[in-house]
Amino acid sequence: MSDWTPPSTVNLVDLGFMDARSKLIDLAAFLDRVQRANQTDDFRVQALKNAIALLSLDQPTRAKEVLLSFSDPSTEPIEKATMQGAIGAYRG
Amino acid sequence: MTVVFQTAAFAPALITIVNECKQPSTIVKSLMNYIEPHGHMVSRTTDDYERMALAGCQAICEPAFWAGFDRASADGFYDYFRQITEYEPKRAARFGIKHFSWLCINPKEAEDTKLAEEVIGLIPQFIDKPGVLGIGEIGLNKNSRNELRIFEQHVQVAQDYDQLVLIHTPHLEDKLKGTRLIVDALKNFPKIKPERVIIDHVEEHTIDHVLDQGFWAGITLYPESKCTPNRAIDMLEHRHAERIWMNSACDWGISDPLAVPKTMQVMRQRGWTAEMIQRVAYENPVAFMGQSGKFHL
Ligand SMILES: [Zn+2]
Repeated sequence: MSDWTPPSTVNLVDLGFMDARSKLIDLAAFLDRVQRANQTDDFRVQALKNAIALLSLDQPTRAKEVLLSFSDPSTEPIEKATMQGAIGAYRG
Repeated sequence: MTVVFQTAAFAPALITIVNECKQPSTIVKSLMNYIEPHGHMVSRTTDDYERMALAGCQAICEPAFWAGFDRASADGFYDYFRQITEYEPKRAARFGIKHFSWLCINPKEAEDTKLAEEVIGLIPQFIDKPGVLGIGEIGLNKNSRNELRIFEQHVQVAQDYDQLVLIHTPHLEDKLKGTRLIVDALKNFPKIKPERVIIDHVEEHTIDHVLDQGFWAGITLYPESKCTPNRAIDMLEHRHAERIWMNSACDWGISDPLAVPKTMQVMRQRGWTAEMIQRVAYENPVAFMGQSGKFHL
């Protein structure tokens, strides 16, 4: 299982730039939209802003750091599940 | 041959092209084949089976899970187990696809421990069915004490009956904590070997913890809440595709039963060799599920 053949070199910027650009503009527009609607106090918007700051990190672990920033950091099980779904950001 | 590598989505047309070129069709099949190791087909249409067959799907494995609503009694699960062990294999067979299943009560319905224990009691009468691969998808949802207790009871069944284990990790903000709790809980079952356990729905913040403990990891290609093809491929490259499978987890929600072949196409665009694509999409699931002794293709 360990005989890994790396992929041949391709231009990943060619493949992914337009998609990344589009998602970034969508994110910018989302922040504009919630600000115009005076909804920036929502903890999820703050969680998003905290995560955006992590994009300027130097190491290629940004996706991991963003996911960690949204995560419940506690370690003990909760007493009882009071809902079935998840929100996407830890309220604290 | 380069045409053959282009896309699984046009498999029938390509098979025609290749047959016209008098290439052995077995070569085409070996390049196109994939396994869907995690699909909730009770929620999908028969058309989906056909589309998956056309894309090269050879086998679908169906873990027991939430049906989109809470079932009122253990009788509902008895019928559900009959459906995934008896009826779905017949529906899949119409399209030449093998169908396998996993048994449990999922963590979303495990907060009701009385119901959960009744359902766990049903498992032994289904466990020897020919297509049953093990216990799953068990795990945690909101990381509660009751969920954890029922998770451990399932692991005990797996240990008692020497079964493989397929584990669901929680969604979104609950995933990190749930994955850690699950890995810690498994350490209390010394007879459960990590190489016989797959922890599914890993993402960038949980994959290393799972693989570094010796478990298999599943990457789920699910719109919005889990992982895109490019992120899945990033993780596969980072971990050299070892002890990892990818799946669509197609179910009653917004999900794509063709997510695996579509990701195979992105792998081609990103310079992956046909052999490495086959390793992830076919050989890795075979290696893991082959340990059941029942995964015959
Ligand atoms: Zn599932």
